[in-house]
Amino acid sequence: MLSAQGFGGPGKMKEYHYAGAVENRFSPYAFNGGTVLAVAGEDFAIVASDTRLSEGYSIHSRDSPKCYKLTDTTVIGCSGFHGDCLTLTKIIDARLKMYKHSNNKTMTSGAIAAMLSTILYSRRFFPYYVYNIIGGLDEEGKGAVYSFDPVGSYQRDTYKAGGSASAMLQPLLDNQIGFKNMEGVQHLPLTQEKAVQLVKDVFISAAERDVYTGDALRVCVITKDGINEQTIPLRKD
Amino acid sequence: MALQDLCNFGDIFQESVGTARNVMAVGQRKSCSYATGVALSNSTSLFHFYIPEACYLDESPIQFGQISTMQSSSGIPSQETLPIPSSLPESLPFTSSQVVPLPFPMAHGTTTLAFMFQGGVLAAADTRSSCSGLVACPASQKILPIHSHLVGTTSGTSADCALWKRILSRELRLYQLRYGRRLSTRGAAKLLSHMLHPFKGTELCVAATLCGWDGGEPDDGCRAHKGSEMDHGESRETTKAHLEKTAGAPGEKVSVSKTQSSSFTKQQCSRRKISFSGPSLFYVCSDGTRLEGSLFSVGSGSPYAYSILDQGVRWGLTVEEATSIAREAVYRATHRDAYSGNFVDVYHVTSKGWTRRTREDLKEEYYREKEKRRLERERRGTTFPG
Repeated sequence: MLSAQGFGGPGKMKEYHYAGAVENRFSPYAFNGGTVLAVAGEDFAIVASDTRLSEGYSIHSRDSPKCYKLTDTTVIGCSGFHGDCLTLTKIIDARLKMYKHSNNKTMTSGAIAAMLSTILYSRRFFPYYVYNIIGGLDEEGKGAVYSFDPVGSYQRDTYKAGGSASAMLQPLLDNQIGFKNMEGVQHLPLTQEKAVQLVKDVFISAAERDVYTGDALRVCVITKDGINEQTIPLRKD
Repeated sequence: MALQDLCNFGDIFQESVGTARNVMAVGQRKSCSYATGVALSNSTSLFHFYIPEACYLDESPIQFGQISTMQSSSGIPSQETLPIPSSLPESLPFTSSQVVPLPFPMAHGTTTLAFMFQGGVLAAADTRSSCSGLVACPASQKILPIHSHLVGTTSGTSADCALWKRILSRELRLYQLRYGRRLSTRGAAKLLSHMLHPFKGTELCVAATLCGWDGGEPDDGCRAHKGSEMDHGESRETTKAHLEKTAGAPGEKVSVSKTQSSSFTKQQCSRRKISFSGPSLFYVCSDGTRLEGSLFSVGSGSPYAYSILDQGVRWGLTVEEATSIAREAVYRATHRDAYSGNFVDVYHVTSKGWTRRTREDLKEEYYREKEKRRLERERRGTTFPG
C-alpha cells in the first residue's frame, strides 16, 4: 500500500538532501486525490466527480468514482483519503437503513447532512480525512447542496467544489453560477442543461491544471424522476 | 446530570462486547477505551469520541494490527478481544494520548464583537471562514441563536463552535423543561465552560461570547424583578425600521419570539434572592476563561474592532447608533485583517428576543467609502491620494 521510498507524507514530495536526523513516523492518512463538485438548481441537483484514484506519483485506478448514491434523492461525493471515504459511506448506509427501519421513512437530504455532521465530529480527535459534499433535493423538491469540512462543520450552499482542485474550481463557480465579480450581467437562473455543460467544462479545466484530477468524469443529475448518471472522458495524462 | 451525560467517556457503547448498557451512573468514569464511530440510538450521550491509542503510531507498520500477548494497549482490538482499559489516567482521557497529526488545516480567523447598551445587547460578526490561506466559505454564520433570548458569537474552529452551540442549546432546553424557567446567561456561560473543561489541552478551539436577555418570564411569583429596568429598556427602544427580519441564507429561519413580558408581576419574594433581569454578556473560551463584561471582541480582527468600539460605545446609545458602530467596527477590522471579510451580520437581543439585520455585503461599503473620499477630495480641491 505505501511505498516507503519517495513518500514524504500525504501529497508532499520527499526532499532529497540531508536535512538532519529524520524520524519517519507512520501516518495513518494518505491522500488519494480527486475532485468533487455539486450544484443545486431550482428543481434539480448535480453531483460530479472525477474517477482517478492516485497516491503520490502513482495512479491506482482510472475508474474509481467518488459519488455514492445514498437515497433516491441524495448523492454524496467524498474525496480525500479513500480508506476513510469507504468506511464513511458504509457507516452512512448503515445509519440510513437503521433510520428506515425505525422510522419507516427515508431520510431527507437535510437530515442526512445533520447526521453526517455528528458522525464526523465524533471523530474530532482522529478525523476522517474526507471532504464531503452532499447533493440532493430537499422536502420541497428544490435542489440542495451541503458542504462539509473533515470535522463536521457544514452549511447549505448553492454550489461547492471540494477535493484537490477545489481551490481552482470554486472561484470559477463563484463567477459563473454566483455571478460574482462581474458588472452589468443579467442574473439568469441556471437551467439543467446549462448546469451540466458548465460542470463538464469546469472539470475539463481542472484536469488541465491539477495532476490528481482526470481520466473520466462521472456526473449524477438528481431530479424528482430519479438519478441519471453519465460518464465523460477526461485527460488521461 | 446533564453535564455528565455528555462528558462521561465511560459511557461508550462497546459493540464487540455486546453488553446492554444502562443509563450511566453519576460520577462513573471508565478510562479511555475504543469506541465505534457510530453513535447508536440507545445512547443518551450525543457523542462517543474515538480516541486513538497512540502507541500504534510508534510501531512499525509491519506489526500494525497484530495482537500481541503483552498487556493492554498494543494494536487495535479485534472483534474477539475485549477492549481492555488502558493505562491512561482516568480523569483526563486525552492528555496522555498523542494527537494524530492532521493532514489538513482547520477553519480559523474571524472578527466578532458584542456589547451591552440601554437597548439590549448587540452582536456583530464577519462571515469569512478561512482555512490557512484559502477562504473555505465566504458566507458562513458566526452568530448562532441558542434560544429565543440568547445568541452566541463563535470564534475558533467552526466545527467545534457549531457542535458545542448545538449541545448548549440542547442542555438549555432540557434545563427549561426540568426546572420550568430559562437558565440565565451567567448559568449558560458556566455550563458551556464546564462542558469544555474536559477538553482543555486538546486542540479544541472555541471562543464564544454569549449575549442574552434574562428574566421577564411570567408565572414567576417568587422571583423579584428589577421591574424599573425592564420598563426603562422597553420604552427607550426606538422603532427598528432598519432591522428587517429576513430569511437570510437558504434554509435559515429568522424569528422574533414575543415574550409574555408585558404583564409580568413585580412581586418581591423575601425568601428568594433578587435575581437579575436585563441584558447580559459573557465570554467563554475553551482554555477555561469565563468572563462577564459589557464589551467584548474576539478573533484575529479584534484589535481593530476594539479601537472603534472603545471610541464610540456608551450606555446611552440608540439602537441605530449602536448598529452603525458595530457595523463600522467589523468593516474596519475586515479591511485590515486578512482573515476577516465578506459580509457582516448584526443581531440585536432585547427583552422580546433576538432580531437579525439583513446580511450586508462589505464590498459595497468599500466602494461607497472610496466614492465619498473622492468627492471630498474634489470638493477640497487637493491632489492627495485617497
